[in-house]
Amino acid sequence: MNAVLTVTGLTKRFHLSARQQRLEGTRSREKIAVNDLSFEVDRGEIFGLLGPNGAGKTTTLRMLATLIRPDAGDARIDGASIVTQPEAVRAKIGFLTSELKLEEFFTPRYLYDFFAALHHVEPAVCAARREAIFARFGIHEFAETKVSNLSTGMKQKASLAISLVHDPDIVIFDEPTNGLDVLTARTVTDYLQELRAQGKTIIVSTHIFSLVEKVCDRVGVIVDGRMTACGPLAEVCAGKSLEDRFFDLYAEAVGGTA
Amino acid sequence: MNTNRNIWTIMKKELSRFFGDRRIVISTILLPGLLIYIMYSFMGNALAKNYGTDEDAPFHIAAVALPATIEVLLPDEAFTVERINREEVEAGKEAVRAHDLDALIVFPANFDAAVALMGMADSTPQVEIYYNASDSESLSAYAALTELLDGYEASLANVFDVNAPGTDYNLASDRDATGFVFSSMLPMLLMIFLFSGCMSVAPEAIAGEKERGTLATILVTPTRRGELAIGKILAVSIVALLSAASSTAGTLLSLPKLMGGVDESMSAAYYTAGDYAALAAVIFSTALLLVALISVISAYAKTIKEAQTTVSALMVVVMIIAVTSMFGSGAKTQLAYYCIPLYNSVQMMVGIFSFASLPAAFGVTVAVNLVLAALAAYALTRMFSSERVMFRR
Ligand SMILES: Nc1ncnc2c1ncn2[C@@H]1O[C@H](COP(=O)(O)OP(=O)(O)O)[C@@H](O)[C@H]1O
Ligand SMILES: [Mg+2]
Repeated sequence: MNAVLTVTGLTKRFHLSARQQRLEGTRSREKIAVNDLSFEVDRGEIFGLLGPNGAGKTTTLRMLATLIRPDAGDARIDGASIVTQPEAVRAKIGFLTSELKLEEFFTPRYLYDFFAALHHVEPAVCAARREAIFARFGIHEFAETKVSNLSTGMKQKASLAISLVHDPDIVIFDEPTNGLDVLTARTVTDYLQELRAQGKTIIVSTHIFSLVEKVCDRVGVIVDGRMTACGPLAEVCAGKSLEDRFFDLYAEAVGGTA
Repeated sequence: MNTNRNIWTIMKKELSRFFGDRRIVISTILLPGLLIYIMYSFMGNALAKNYGTDEDAPFHIAAVALPATIEVLLPDEAFTVERINREEVEAGKEAVRAHDLDALIVFPANFDAAVALMGMADSTPQVEIYYNASDSESLSAYAALTELLDGYEASLANVFDVNAPGTDYNLASDRDATGFVFSSMLPMLLMIFLFSGCMSVAPEAIAGEKERGTLATILVTPTRRGELAIGKILAVSIVALLSAASSTAGTLLSLPKLMGGVDESMSAAYYTAGDYAALAAVIFSTALLLVALISVISAYAKTIKEAQTTVSALMVVVMIIAVTSMFGSGAKTQLAYYCIPLYNSVQMMVGIFSFASLPAAFGVTVAVNLVLAALAAYALTRMFSSERVMFRR
């Protein structure tokens, strides 16, 4: 095994306000969003975190990106602990989620250079990388257009390019195709495979079965904060389609029929 | 080394944001000064028109039986006198009512003779001055005539004189006058301008970015939270200071118009380079403190609206503190007062403007401001790392 990411006993609880209790339909003061999650991701693979809405995917990825701290457990990314070495972790990963936005006032080119500077990328290296990735995603045309004037698809492509300014070995994408038109979604899934071909490790969360079936080497199925199955795609599916298998797992996890 | 570089990167981005947006530059930097200049100048002109008199034009009055003794007291450049008969008094009153005349003065026929008897006659001579209180020109004419007649009356029984003409009995030096006027006005205005400057940029730079999800994008880079906090505070302080400088320039430029002739004796040149340096240090440390405080409030708020509402409450407190500079005579001398944040800045500015600042008070003020600003910056750093604050639902 050549694990580049090792997650052990990762747990996250949220305190619920009265309003949230009503929204969640619960009397409990606490919500365990991620419950004792353990898994490993190997170097050079695409790992899919599959689960319905509210399963805890975003919370897990946010902990891996050190935006929020786990209540228990840890994860090591290329040796660095997300609990004790957050800055080192952030230098190693690229993180993309629809909740992280680009400042509307600036142009993709300005923001690319700004984030490159925060990652201490040498100006010459930054320029070369920018040329290449802007060409790959057809951003050149829009490089000097303010983000506010870009289409959703173009914004997502710019975000993707910017999340990779420091050429990280590990990339974490939270629902990367959500809200995108089919063409842009296709560009993104193709790019995930390109990144793998470059030897990068990719962790991607999604609720879309086809995305997992198409690109993932291994998959972890997460329901209600718990890992219900984890392994190579074929192993997890056990002869069924991923969708059928998922509903079996879901029924087992919530203790009823889906 | 890397820390400075990261702070500078953050600052550069913030400053490009402000200066790249013409609307922000106009509304936070150009407009405040311009509006204050126009408003004060307009107010000054309006005041001069309403309450001041048109100094060049003489009063236009009518007189009945103007005695020679009084006539010599009415200089041509101040009064144009129209002589009318006693039968025309009603017409004269009508003219005053209609603002055609500034005043109508009616003397008894035997005024000079009666005055010569010095009150030994059966009745004292009665002079009547008709005027129109709804007309400032008429009011001034009335005041001028009354003063003139009172003076004449007093001179007849000249027992003693007070303040001979031609000597300046006001012993206040021009420097003192400058200190008095500047120290009673500027600390309050500077404090308020500084706060408005901070208030117009900090909530947007922190709560706005948080609300739009662009702050989290920076949080996933290796940049430390403290670097982000300091970079933001410094950049916002620069813009806030420029905004305050604009308001201050507007005020100082319109001051002569606002205060009429009073300002002739005043000059900013009475203050030394040391005074200005001290003032700059006080203002800069105060700006840092205000920006850090407003940033903490903004970081806690979920939305920019919520931030602005809370900051407005703080504005009331700052206003009250600023207004205290108008009361009391001069700056406080007990050092303890200079440990109270914001109040210390106001007192310090009063001290500097009235040429009575204490070096120890200056040290305490700047130190207190900087220490508190650093504490607030630390709090902001903690808030940036806190998911409860950054990812509150
Ligand atoms: N900041 C928060 N405060 C309270 N509850 C939260 C918070 N963030 C997430 N949750 C809850 O945790 C659970 C998992 O959320 P999330 O990780 O966003 O799920 P997913 O990304 O799989 O849809 C949900 O029930 C959600 O309501
Ligand atoms: Mg999610």
